[in-house]
Amino acid sequence: MSETQPEVITAMKIRTFGRHIKESLKSLGRNGWMTFASVSAVTVTLLLVGVFVMIMMNLNKVADDLENDVEIKVFVSLDAEEEEIAELEEEISGLDGVESADFSTKEEELTDLVLDFGEELSLFEQSNPLFDVFYVKATEPQQTETVATEIAALEYIEDVEYGEGKIEKLFNFLNAGRNVGLILILALLFTAMFLISNTIRITIVARRTEIEIMKLVGATNWFVRVPFILEGMWLGILGSIIPIGLVVLLYQKITEFAQPRLSGELFQLLEFSPFIYQVSALILAMGVFIGIWGSFMSIRKFLRV
Amino acid sequence: MIQMKNVYKKYPNGIVALNGLNVEIAQGEFVYIVGPSGAGKSTFIKMMYREERPSSGQMLVDGKDIAKLKNRKVPFLRRDIGVVFQDFKLLPRLNVYENVAFALEVIEEKPQIIKERVMEVLDMVGLKHKAKMFPRELSGGEQQRVSIARSIVNTPKIMIADEPTGNLDPDTSWDIMNLFEQINSTGTTIIMATHNREIVNKLRHRVIAIEGGLIVRDAAGGDYGYED
Repeated sequence: MSETQPEVITAMKIRTFGRHIKESLKSLGRNGWMTFASVSAVTVTLLLVGVFVMIMMNLNKVADDLENDVEIKVFVSLDAEEEEIAELEEEISGLDGVESADFSTKEEELTDLVLDFGEELSLFEQSNPLFDVFYVKATEPQQTETVATEIAALEYIEDVEYGEGKIEKLFNFLNAGRNVGLILILALLFTAMFLISNTIRITIVARRTEIEIMKLVGATNWFVRVPFILEGMWLGILGSIIPIGLVVLLYQKITEFAQPRLSGELFQLLEFSPFIYQVSALILAMGVFIGIWGSFMSIRKFLRV
Repeated sequence: MIQMKNVYKKYPNGIVALNGLNVEIAQGEFVYIVGPSGAGKSTFIKMMYREERPSSGQMLVDGKDIAKLKNRKVPFLRRDIGVVFQDFKLLPRLNVYENVAFALEVIEEKPQIIKERVMEVLDMVGLKHKAKMFPRELSGGEQQRVSIARSIVNTPKIMIADEPTGNLDPDTSWDIMNLFEQINSTGTTIIMATHNREIVNKLRHRVIAIEGGLIVRDAAGGDYGYED
């Protein structure tokens, strides 16, 4: 029954639509316990999905913050003259995937060290043991290693440092986390869809004669279908109320607690607004989607003429 | 009006219900379909409103082959056909008025017209005074009259009845038959499958007997012709 009739929908009169809404609401009440059961199922699912999305998005944010902190420290050999350094700067900036390359002379490096570790280091001002340095950022943090290797192969490079090993582990961990999260969310959504579709199926069985008569007196498939689809939608909306409430409350507490403690750190959590409104909208949209899709799936076979 | 050409129907389970059947029914006719159980009567009836599709052959209604009709067009075919069943098929939660109005609501008729038409047909079947009652509060005959009212409320050209008197006592059956006569007299074609010998023999109309998926007898004003 994949053939649909858009013209019937557009031509559907407002009065008819009002009837459908009334019917779908009546059916919710009439199937009290089933309604309760599937709304609970949707609630639990969406709550898990909501909390999960919240965690995932924040992990993502933390990962992004950390990733953006990754930079390559390029030590220039001592035998490089000013000219060569200028050439080197151009070469590095010209490499694919390099976002920026900031030059810092060994004198500047020493000043930084003195600032960080104290005046006694200023002794080295007579004979500076440090190197001139480029701080290079990759456009794509995950490309850091490739960029570093390319730079290391250039002339007049003494050494390249980018936290080898550590950042690869970090990236692997973050990528794995993203994938696992996505799979879990999909599995949860599938479960909720199945539960809603089951509920709708039961309400359909209870109204089988009604559907049969509707079809006999010439109701279109859409006319039969719409009340059930609306019913599924209500189930989804009802099921998303509690999860939205809890997620908002929870995130408010978390940001209240974490924001002051994280200020000035390498990474931050996502701001309460607009993030939490996006999550709420996502939960509601998912509720509506699984409700509608669940009922769509279960009506199909009942509509065969 | 209705024309079947070499209609053959084989169900997925291998049973051949109609075996190359040919028939023609004109507008305004009253036709009894008789025959033993399992002879193909029900399938024959179901072909008319596209509950079943022929496996091969042509099934013409108003000159159009409804065997080839797309599923989404079927509702519009059915708006021209009224169907009455042995078990009435009324909605228990709706009262008499609502049951009849239902047929017009699902085809999105205007509320004003629904009101007028429903009262009109309830008057015709003699149940105007019971409009607010529920099916369970009515006798079998009254329930069947409600279902007849529902089937004619959108003024169909054809009325199909599958054993409409099967669950009713003889007196009530005659009331129902009078109603059918009245509907037929307004020009509506009536096709009625029945096992009721007395009715067929007394109220003479064309009789089509079906056995083994074929028409074995077709006689204007014929008799029932079976012993049961």
